[in-house]
Amino acid sequence: MEGDLRSFLAENFLLGEEFRGLPGSASLIEAGIIDSTGVLELVGFLEETYDIEITDSELVPENLDSIDNVVRFVGAKRNSGHPS
Amino acid sequence: MTTVPREPAEPLTLAVLDIDCELVSAQIVDGLRRVVGRDLRRRGAVVGLSGGIDSSVTAALCARAFGPTRSLAVLMPEADSDETTLGLSRAVAEALGIEALHQDITPILEAVGCYERRNEAVRELIPDLTDDWKWKIVLPSVVGTDSYRLYLLVAEAPDGSTVEVRLPAKNYLTIVAATNFKQRVRKMLEYYHADRLNYAVVGTPNRVEYDQGFFVKGGDGAADLKPIAHLYKTQVYRLAEYLGLPRAVVEQQPTTDTYSLAQSQEEFYFSLPYEKFDLCLYGHNQGLPVEVVAAGVGLSVEDVGRVFRDIEQKRRATRYLHLPPFLLEPVPEISRSDVRYDGS
Repeated sequence: MEGDLRSFLAENFLLGEEFRGLPGSASLIEAGIIDSTGVLELVGFLEETYDIEITDSELVPENLDSIDNVVRFVGAKRNSGHPS
Repeated sequence: MTTVPREPAEPLTLAVLDIDCELVSAQIVDGLRRVVGRDLRRRGAVVGLSGGIDSSVTAALCARAFGPTRSLAVLMPEADSDETTLGLSRAVAEALGIEALHQDITPILEAVGCYERRNEAVRELIPDLTDDWKWKIVLPSVVGTDSYRLYLLVAEAPDGSTVEVRLPAKNYLTIVAATNFKQRVRKMLEYYHADRLNYAVVGTPNRVEYDQGFFVKGGDGAADLKPIAHLYKTQVYRLAEYLGLPRAVVEQQPTTDTYSLAQSQEEFYFSLPYEKFDLCLYGHNQGLPVEVVAAGVGLSVEDVGRVFRDIEQKRRATRYLHLPPFLLEPVPEISRSDVRYDGS
């Protein structure tokens, strides 16, 4: 899943070589990779690709602000048994 | 300098934004004359006048700088404008004694598909929505939560019931892109009048709008000169009082006047009433501790921290709006070195 996520970010936000070395724990917003519209696009990508529904209360940095956080959050959502 | 210096131990109040209105307006009038006359070689000013506080103050300053006969107000309401918009802008032009040209831009917007494209993006989310519904876009407040704020579509049916839907990126971007026709059509008409009269187009953003990218590139963001871009909104209101603008203009709350359902600037973009946002921006710009700003604004320390982070995030997100076109190779023969900004 991390590979898909990195591909999505790289393709949608036209990121270059520097993105390859971005640590999984880095803040996507503070690193300037995504902005508020980017968050909107990321949420849409995750909901569509992984067939999950992200509620308003889940729209927090702990779930979405780094590649590590997204991977952990989506993994937990998919394992919870009621994805949508 | 437009603000009163403060001691660090002083409690933060709106008094820090007090200005000498006579002095500030005289400085702006001088600047308008210098830039328009000397740097731009134009002989008057065109202002898109909505009847809002910023465009009204800008028009008043232009009337002082160039005289009523060389200041033109263009009134450009459209189908979604509030019914008071035209009356307010007419009242301002009348009070200033400047010529006001009225052009309803609805037919132009219809011709470019502004409403159709926008409504199609809305109906994808609310299929029942018909032309008699009213709707707007709302950004949840930054106050009280660390959640990411995603734009919501809020629609009101004729029976008064409301529907609220989170906006997917595609629909959000389409709605904004289509709506931006409004600001761009207005600017196109302002430049038409500026070209035929050999006037400059004078823009109307205040400091908060300019700083936070609350404008449309090539729309209200386009102008030859932005004379109140250094003034906080509170200061613009003070100038409005000083300049003697009509009470109805001075007392109204800021709105976007862009969507069919009434929408404040607070709920669309800034999350706070303008006085509180002004103080937060001032405090952030001055490097004041969040505790001092929190006490002054009446918010928690955590919320002021959120507002500060949001200010920085918006600066990053809207940086491109401020940038002129990039050149991939220099063209040294064309430079701005001949333009003097120091008044010399």
